[in-house]
Amino acid sequence: MTDTVRENPTIKGVSVLHGGAAKPAISEWQRAVKSLVAARWPLLAIVLLLLMAFLAVFGPQIAPRDPNRQSLIERLKPPMSADAEGVIAYPLGTDALGRDILSRVIYGARVSLSVGFAAVAIGGILGTALGIIAGYFGGALDDVIMRLADIQLAFPFILLTIMVLVVLGPGVGNLVLVLGIGQWVTYARIARGQTIAQREKEYVEAARSIGAKNLRIMVRSILPNVLAPIIVLASFNVASVILAEASLSFLGLGVPPTVPTWGGILAESRDNLLGGSWWLAVFPGVAIMLTVLSLNILGDWVRDFLDPRLRGR
Amino acid sequence: MMLAYIIRRLLQSVVVIIGVTLLSFLTLHLAGDPTYLYVSERASEEEIIQARQRLGFDRPLPVQYFSYLGGVLTGNFGNSLRARQPAMELVLERLPATLELTIFAMAISTLVAIPIGIVAAINRGTPLDGGIMLFAMFGQSIPSFWLGIMLILAVGLGLRALPISGHVPFLEPLFSGNFQLAASNAPETLRYLIMPSITVGVFSLSRNARLVRSAMLEVLSQEYVTTARSKGLGERVVIVRHALRNALIPIVTMIGLEFGFLLSGVVVAETVFSWPGVGRLVFNAITQRDIPVVQASVILFSFLFVGLNLIIDIIYVQLDPRIRLR
Repeated sequence: MTDTVRENPTIKGVSVLHGGAAKPAISEWQRAVKSLVAARWPLLAIVLLLLMAFLAVFGPQIAPRDPNRQSLIERLKPPMSADAEGVIAYPLGTDALGRDILSRVIYGARVSLSVGFAAVAIGGILGTALGIIAGYFGGALDDVIMRLADIQLAFPFILLTIMVLVVLGPGVGNLVLVLGIGQWVTYARIARGQTIAQREKEYVEAARSIGAKNLRIMVRSILPNVLAPIIVLASFNVASVILAEASLSFLGLGVPPTVPTWGGILAESRDNLLGGSWWLAVFPGVAIMLTVLSLNILGDWVRDFLDPRLRGR
Repeated sequence: MMLAYIIRRLLQSVVVIIGVTLLSFLTLHLAGDPTYLYVSERASEEEIIQARQRLGFDRPLPVQYFSYLGGVLTGNFGNSLRARQPAMELVLERLPATLELTIFAMAISTLVAIPIGIVAAINRGTPLDGGIMLFAMFGQSIPSFWLGIMLILAVGLGLRALPISGHVPFLEPLFSGNFQLAASNAPETLRYLIMPSITVGVFSLSRNARLVRSAMLEVLSQEYVTTARSKGLGERVVIVRHALRNALIPIVTMIGLEFGFLLSGVVVAETVFSWPGVGRLVFNAITQRDIPVVQASVILFSFLFVGLNLIIDIIYVQLDPRIRLR
């Protein structure tokens, strides 16, 4: 609404009152940092997530070994076992093919994090756009979009995902696409509800009365006001997409077996559990759990921060 | 008013079901000409053309869809490409095992979540509340299949307390009228069910516990609860009769949507525990491109899901008449 604002000062007041987005950004950031430091746990979660992101980006430089290098003499070494010279070559042990678990777990961060964030971006953008369109225009368009959402909800998503991945073949791109499309419904429902609530508000009327086009109203006026719950949803959503990715990799459908993923390492661990090789299953699982736990804690904080009425609930 | 609501919901369900059949029909064609799924790899060009005609894949897609829809409505999903047996029959054979797992997991997740959620809400801010919420936070963050593996390691292999794989049928003899066998199997069925259903249910349990807690907190701050207290009613009566009843409304909806969610847990848990259910069947069917079996299971589950949610929506309106007007 920037240029309309310049032409018409009275509209500016309206947009500041109802528009939320027009508040000065700096104080909001300061408030966020303050609240983060005070809450402690979310701060720890951020540190952990930054660490995971660091592993994901610089994995190849950090990992002590090539994650796919096999060494059959050194297969199934328990963690921290020292060799004849007392050197601990494999801090987290090796798998059935003698591959270094530590390096594989470090590489695994790449797939999990990038799939998680990319899929949420796709689903979030698609769902928010469709939800705003449905809520803004209403009528037949709304019906079509929301019935599509119902159909997708009624279709067991895991089956759809598995089917599409089997047909398209495994691969990071396909995985991101399928998981992303799987997420749009929730965003659409929330964005639609919020849009309906905003549609009749004065500031929208005001924008309309000065001749703003529908697209402009949707993007500049409505979007900023539906964003808060969408951000909250997205922060939890990354966590659940990472869990879904791990499940699919565990089923052998995620990414090609040459790419180490946390779910994939866990799947390979099954054959050696009976032999007592617990470390194959424990470390990748801990990595998934810490990442998802951090995201959930952060999601809770984001929700409380954006909607203080919910604090402590 | 009520009847109109039910009719409207029914019509919506029909639209959804038609959409699901369309999607499931299209999956058959997603991978290209489905004829190749039915003929051997060494089939000659002529044999392929013949098969295409025999199977009706040479007809226009809309015609094929309507004949497929006709099949669905009469319960005919065609034969499994691997087992040479009607696809629906295969799915129905495996259904009791999956139902046992799903129902038990749902029962655990609701029956544990409601009391611990209430306890946490009543004791808000105490270490007890903190402990329950911490547990719920972990429960929501743990990959269910990993929990399954850890249970196998600790409880199954470490303590040797519970079996790590397999299944003793309970619903199947029950459905076929063999009550004696069902009764004698029951204790063993439970032993085999415990670890898989914890694996399937832990996420829902944690989410529901958090949901119950926040719904209770919301309700407990309402004026009618204050009124009930000021009337001198006992705390137990206030909690159960006034607060819980209203707090249950969002939880009932959650349970309906949960079914679809639990299903994805079921596919994974059945893999971890070698549970002979539909999840395992459909996963194998997908990897072997046994499309009729995939379609039969997808449609069966969608029907169950839509039906369940329809029933829940109607109960929901009974619980809270305000909804009807929306």
